[in-house]
Amino acid sequence: MATTTISRKKPFGTPGKIAVPGRFGPFGGCYVPETLMAALEELERVYREARRDKKFQEEFSGLLRHYAGRPTPLFFARRLTEKLGGARIYLKREDLLHTGAHKINNCLGQALLTRRMGKQRVIAETGAGQHGVATATVCALLGFQCVVYMGAEDMRRQELNVFRMRLLGAEVRSVEAGSRTLKDAINEAMRDWVTNVRTTHYLLGSVLGAHPYPQMVRDFHSVTGREARAQVRKQAGKLPAAVIACVGGGSNAIGIFSAFLADRGVRLIGVEAGGRGTGLGEHAARFHGGAPGVLQGTYSYVLQDAAGQIATTHSVSAGLDYPGVGPEHAWLKESGRAEYVSASDTEALEACSVLARTEGIIPALESAHAVAECIKRAPKMKRSEVMIVNISGRGDKDMGILREHLKNL
Amino acid sequence: MPLTFSARPALVAYLTCGDPDLATTREVALAAVEAGAAVLELGVPFSDPVADGPVIQRASERALRHRTSLADVLQLAGDLRRQTNAGMIVFSYLNPLLQFGLERFCDAAAKAGLDGALVIDLPVEEAGAYLRAMRARGLATVFLAAPTSTDGRLKQIAEASAGFVYAVSRTGVTGERDQAPQDARELVRRLRRYTRLPVAVGFGISTAQQCAAVGEYADAAVVGSAIVHTIERNPGREAAAVREFVSGLLGGSRAAHRRTSATPA
Repeated sequence: MATTTISRKKPFGTPGKIAVPGRFGPFGGCYVPETLMAALEELERVYREARRDKKFQEEFSGLLRHYAGRPTPLFFARRLTEKLGGARIYLKREDLLHTGAHKINNCLGQALLTRRMGKQRVIAETGAGQHGVATATVCALLGFQCVVYMGAEDMRRQELNVFRMRLLGAEVRSVEAGSRTLKDAINEAMRDWVTNVRTTHYLLGSVLGAHPYPQMVRDFHSVTGREARAQVRKQAGKLPAAVIACVGGGSNAIGIFSAFLADRGVRLIGVEAGGRGTGLGEHAARFHGGAPGVLQGTYSYVLQDAAGQIATTHSVSAGLDYPGVGPEHAWLKESGRAEYVSASDTEALEACSVLARTEGIIPALESAHAVAECIKRAPKMKRSEVMIVNISGRGDKDMGILREHLKNL
Repeated sequence: MPLTFSARPALVAYLTCGDPDLATTREVALAAVEAGAAVLELGVPFSDPVADGPVIQRASERALRHRTSLADVLQLAGDLRRQTNAGMIVFSYLNPLLQFGLERFCDAAAKAGLDGALVIDLPVEEAGAYLRAMRARGLATVFLAAPTSTDGRLKQIAEASAGFVYAVSRTGVTGERDQAPQDARELVRRLRRYTRLPVAVGFGISTAQQCAAVGEYADAAVVGSAIVHTIERNPGREAAAVREFVSGLLGGSRAAHRRTSATPA
């Protein structure tokens, strides 16, 4: 396991004797109540062993291939490319995976670790419901008890996914606190975990939270980037000029970025939720209005007020509606390796229609934010250049919201 | 100002500052001390209290409705210090402290006459600079020890702690429980191998009987949610209600302890 320990600007340095792994530059770390520390240490140890265990890796790749449906295609979007008249656009089709989004990669990995730790109960948080569905799915597959925490507001806007989880045998618990969205669901999952830590694994769904989650979840999603890099070289004959992905917590983005980090000529572009305005509470663009802080176990960019209280957020897409961002993204941003832009609710909805009508692909509203940036950027690029857009999930779950917003159809 | 636990068990009283408002918190704090609390934990309300149960979550929401901040809590501490010699620590999540500034916090805490702090989501691994800044000003660094902590961790926690060690009675969030804590006695026994500091047991302690039970093996009992709940249920007479409640906790437990102590070992 990489133990990046550059301690520049780390908020609270470390005492000499104790090594602190899990840093991305100054970001990351492990900020949880003591009760959880032993479980995090166990998880890190088990994961470190599993990474080196060929049998574990074989079982994981086998499930990705035969159960989840990997590898996913890299699809040349000919009509969208012609329409925009610039870079050649390729879509990484994570939306074709079992359960409809990239989330299944990480869920399969963590489910195998749960079994390895001898735990029988799994809890998870979910925003859009995609991670909850993927968690419920792997729990059904391996026979675990599954409880998913979901904000009441998200349950309303993603009701089909609530039903899917229940159909898969999971218990979905409604969270009424705060803004009743993803952040509040994570709080409640952490409270469950701190209570049942001896028997329960917390299957966190993004590159968030305390170490080792950000590294571990990235590693489980890195298959997306490895596939995409090999595919683009084969199909386009070159590396892309840009890779674009939406960033909520940032797991699909880290997954695809990770394979291109060393390719300095590849621009990595993360797209945050611009929501419906620039005021605090109107969006979820942590890099445009947030500041470094500690939320839910990790030190990263956070939308907050001057006194350190966490702000509420808004996005049409439940999966991006979160005030924090994965610590590795904070480091990619600060080190200049990746850039972060935002797309508004309106732009994302428009992008959703555009992709549906040019390519016959309805993306999830989260992924539609990446498509929106592609629509802005591709025309300014050369026709010889290649761009990859990560379509992290499909839009089936968003039909209710799309119907509400696109009334003129 | 000492964090001393002369009675046994001594009482550590937690309050969410600003619930329902700062003036009431000040009155309630003084009432708790008059009724026998040895140490006050001044809780800084936070928007995302992951370690707290519903009672303190609601109190935090009430306090944040009028934007109670760490700066307010520090000012309240200064006011209280002019009126009481009781031990006094800040109890906070990390982010409010981080945004206030670590050095600035330690300066202000020392100036206000606070004795120390407990940062609930700051484990020893991440506490290097915090420890240095607090120690430089003679402020006590109280850390949590949990039933799940390994012996290796307990040793680190003991070494990093000053003032007292806060033993978490059971896995879970804060809040009243019916039963006496199961894990706490064993945890305190393990902790004592690594420290001679006083040990306070908290999380789920809400009755005189539970306090008395804690007094058999630990130096202090921390009562939080039960006091906050008393405040919530007695609008307009918070201080009087807390005075009665705390007297009841200690009357019962001290009497019970005297009975146990009278038995020759």
